[in-house]
Amino acid sequence: MTPVLSAQSLRCERDERLLFDRLDLSLMPGDILHLTGPNGSGKTTLLRALVGLGQAVEGHIQWFDGQVQSNEKIWYIGHRPGVTLLQSPLENLRYALALRGLERNESSLFEALEHVGLRGYEDVPSRQLSAGQQRRVALARLFLDTPSISVWVLDEPLTALDDKAVELLKARIQAFAAAGGSVLMTSHHGMSGDAVRTLALGGAE
Amino acid sequence: MKLSRLFTRVLQRELQLAYRRRADLANPPLFFLIVVALFPLGVTPDLERLATMAAGVLWVAALLANLLSLDLLFRSDHEDGSLEQLLLASSPPTLIVLGKALAHWLVTGLPLTLMSPLLAMMLALSPAAMPLLMLSLALGTVTLSLVGGIGAALTVGLRQGGLLLTLLIMPLFVPVLIFGTAVVQAAGAGLPWSGQLALLAAMAVLALVSAPLATVAALRIAVEE
Repeated sequence: MTPVLSAQSLRCERDERLLFDRLDLSLMPGDILHLTGPNGSGKTTLLRALVGLGQAVEGHIQWFDGQVQSNEKIWYIGHRPGVTLLQSPLENLRYALALRGLERNESSLFEALEHVGLRGYEDVPSRQLSAGQQRRVALARLFLDTPSISVWVLDEPLTALDDKAVELLKARIQAFAAAGGSVLMTSHHGMSGDAVRTLALGGAE
Repeated sequence: MKLSRLFTRVLQRELQLAYRRRADLANPPLFFLIVVALFPLGVTPDLERLATMAAGVLWVAALLANLLSLDLLFRSDHEDGSLEQLLLASSPPTLIVLGKALAHWLVTGLPLTLMSPLLAMMLALSPAAMPLLMLSLALGTVTLSLVGGIGAALTVGLRQGGLLLTLLIMPLFVPVLIFGTAVVQAAGAGLPWSGQLALLAAMAVLALVSAPLATVAALRIAVEE
């Protein structure tokens, strides 16, 4: 089985502090790789470097053995969730799909928004929603059936969510992995399950 | 999904956002109107003297009005994280940036072009030069929107990027201004103008193919911090 992601000898130095060095990681289909570590240990920097949003990390990074254009297969949800406040949740979701070259009919979009508890808010401007609801708008894409997406890269997906939504999203992540997807995530919440592997950063101070 | 479909989606989104921010949208045309209207009051009401400087005044005012709106091109996208999503899209980000630049032209360059005959009349520009004023503004503002995108992308990460943006981008705007004014002046004086217009068109084509590449490169730097 070819790894979804393999990265070797990663190294990151910032402001003359070594965040991590000689870090190897690999991600197989069905894996959930949970990055943990104290604030400032380089979790976000690592995730961003892996998806290609920064050059702060040195090392060798390869997605899908370098055979396909990786962007088509990855959902990345960052700290700033990419929710346009002047647009409604429905418009945001549709645009997020369009950027991946995807389209879904209205009813499946409504269904995804209902899953994340945004029923009745579909056409409300996102700026009128609470912080947690705005994150849910970004997360709604994870509740769509998108066979072309095989990797989720999630930076703190569980922040600002209430307990029920945290459980819902955790279950969704587990289900995605069980169906052969791979998840790379950071979180200060614990993740449990057979598929979960934990990688701790910043322990070597 | 076909690329043309994505392009229409991007254009649709940008125009929708522009409509929802229409207070910002009104600034460039209003600025254009006020600056041009002040010239006869402040300089001279003498129509003959106004006519000689009409081309330059109209072009300078249009250029500054355009500059005024550039700072906002990527700012909100940067703040909410949409810019990261844009760079991670499965289709070339240059296409999306091109869509944004076109939307910017539709909401600034095009209104300025459409307003220009009315303001030209206030400055007693010769009627023969009117069509060329519009044509040169239409072509020139395409270049301004595209090239301005590079500057907007370079300064989007800065808190007070406005002044730096102006300094960075002004040298690139100057050739457009020179040839834009030259077209209108030549047409007003009954001289051949096709050479200047061709150069203006060449600049627009050059900007069309190269500015999106430079803009995407600048955006990659901007999202890094």
